[in-house]
Amino acid sequence: MTESPALAASAPPRSAAHKKYDFSRKYWVFALPAVIVVLSVIVFPWLFTVFMSVHDWKIGGGMDFVGLGNFRTLVFDDRFRESLLITFYFTVLAVVIPIVLGTLAALVFHREFPFRGILRTIFVMPMMATPVAVALVWKMMFHPQLGVLNYLLSLFGIPPSEWVFSTSTVIPTLVMVEVWHWTPLVMLILLGGLAGMPTEPYESAKIDGANSWQMFRFITLPLLWPYIMIALVIRTIDALKVFDIIFVISEGGPGTASETLNIFLYLQAFQFYKLGYSSAVVVIFFTIIVALSLILLYVRQKTKWNS
Amino acid sequence: MPVALERFINRVGFLLSLFVLVSPAILVFFWMLSLSFKNEVDNTAWPPVFVPNPPTMANYVEVFARNNFLLYLWNSIVVTGGAVLVGLIIGVPAGYGIARSKSAKSAVLILIARMTPALSYLIPLFMVFQVLGLIGTKSALLVTHLVITVPIIVWIMIGYFENIPAELEDAALVDGANTWQSFRHVALPLARPGIVVGGILAFIFSWNNFIFSVVLGGKTTRTLPSAIYNVLTFEQISWGPLAAAALLVTLPVLLLTVIAQREIVAGLSSGGLKDG
Repeated sequence: MTESPALAASAPPRSAAHKKYDFSRKYWVFALPAVIVVLSVIVFPWLFTVFMSVHDWKIGGGMDFVGLGNFRTLVFDDRFRESLLITFYFTVLAVVIPIVLGTLAALVFHREFPFRGILRTIFVMPMMATPVAVALVWKMMFHPQLGVLNYLLSLFGIPPSEWVFSTSTVIPTLVMVEVWHWTPLVMLILLGGLAGMPTEPYESAKIDGANSWQMFRFITLPLLWPYIMIALVIRTIDALKVFDIIFVISEGGPGTASETLNIFLYLQAFQFYKLGYSSAVVVIFFTIIVALSLILLYVRQKTKWNS
Repeated sequence: MPVALERFINRVGFLLSLFVLVSPAILVFFWMLSLSFKNEVDNTAWPPVFVPNPPTMANYVEVFARNNFLLYLWNSIVVTGGAVLVGLIIGVPAGYGIARSKSAKSAVLILIARMTPALSYLIPLFMVFQVLGLIGTKSALLVTHLVITVPIIVWIMIGYFENIPAELEDAALVDGANTWQSFRHVALPLARPGIVVGGILAFIFSWNNFIFSVVLGGKTTRTLPSAIYNVLTFEQISWGPLAAAALLVTLPVLLLTVIAQREIVAGLSSGGLKDG
């Protein structure tokens, strides 16, 4: 023993089981730099936003404490209420369609077939592509007179659409872009689920004469359900916070027809510089996201996704 | 139903689904390529010209000649490269610390940080950078991009370190190594695949980020995604150069997807999350 008696005395008594180290305190040192960064660029903004949301910030300095005034104004702000409805409309479509198509895609890519690798890579590419870059290409494709999409429709004898240039078609059109973008993520999550699936139920079902629909309905779907739930929560969070594609393609228009919560937030904060007011929007938004994240965590733990 | 008929229907259905799933991706990327290699007359022709004939490089030449493209490319490299590097240096040990101390609370914090809309960090950070006089600087952008890179790297590393059995490190500790040495020489080499995955995903999400640069970037400091957006708004729409610029911006990420598909898939299915 080289330890000094004083140190030995202050140290907690060592347990007889020599193998059992308790280094959990020491391990915190590893996280220290990250803790500092997370506190300053993530946790501090959260707290500061809450602080700002109960104040009225004036351009050129100065602020007044307004309590819940910003929230009260929000409740009666027609534009905010409309953006909630638009966000809800967008989110429902942008969750349901990718889940259905992503399930189909996972079943397709779970099979063995020629060129599977290349085709899967192509299918996954939209998810990775820079959203602004592909949004610009979509915008050119949506051009009412010269866009390639209206030409393709005309080949099938379908009259041209106004895509993002009409209030009635703008949300479904943006949903289409979002579906194109993020169905691959749903596919990857479900493909992970399919990979871990037992083969025995299928073999016995085949012996019992089940057809492929019955096998999907009564074996695959129940086994895949936890993964579908994970995809569902992740999609909901992502759809709620959609920004880039709407900002680039329709800028919230025509009028305010595609002004989702995030676009509303951006305009209030960085166009009108209502920083206190927009912080109140962030607080509401953040509450929704945290609730959904906790649901996600709960679902993940139930499926032991990470192990 | 006769077996042969059912098999036929299955096959047709399968091919049809494959076509429906893959063709939209092919269409958009093909159209991007096509626009970028056609001259302006063909780009606005009706009916549309699909295959550039003859292909022209003029759009690419114009992108480099007129739009400070190389400056914005350099900005993107500095901001994303810096944010990924710092993210790895502090995120990898943090993932280790959280995994070994089994701190579920910090894992939840990281998850919520991953899920929070990027835009919501911007209002307070904008005010702080304004006070510090850092609006429009690359350093402000780099620091803000840590909001993206740190949580994803920590999140992925937690998963990887949790899967490395602690017994290996216990053996090193019994042999007299300290915790740093057992991290550096036992856990870290084993977690190398996780570092690659975390680095790649952090790179992609940071590279693709748009809104931070729109708000915090200056005329000469903005990154590529917000730079090409400004090309569209401040100049009259000219499809060829715009498509060429869009393709160049997303090319590094697409190449990375093709090269490192296996790693990306592994990372996304363990992380299961995207950013934005």
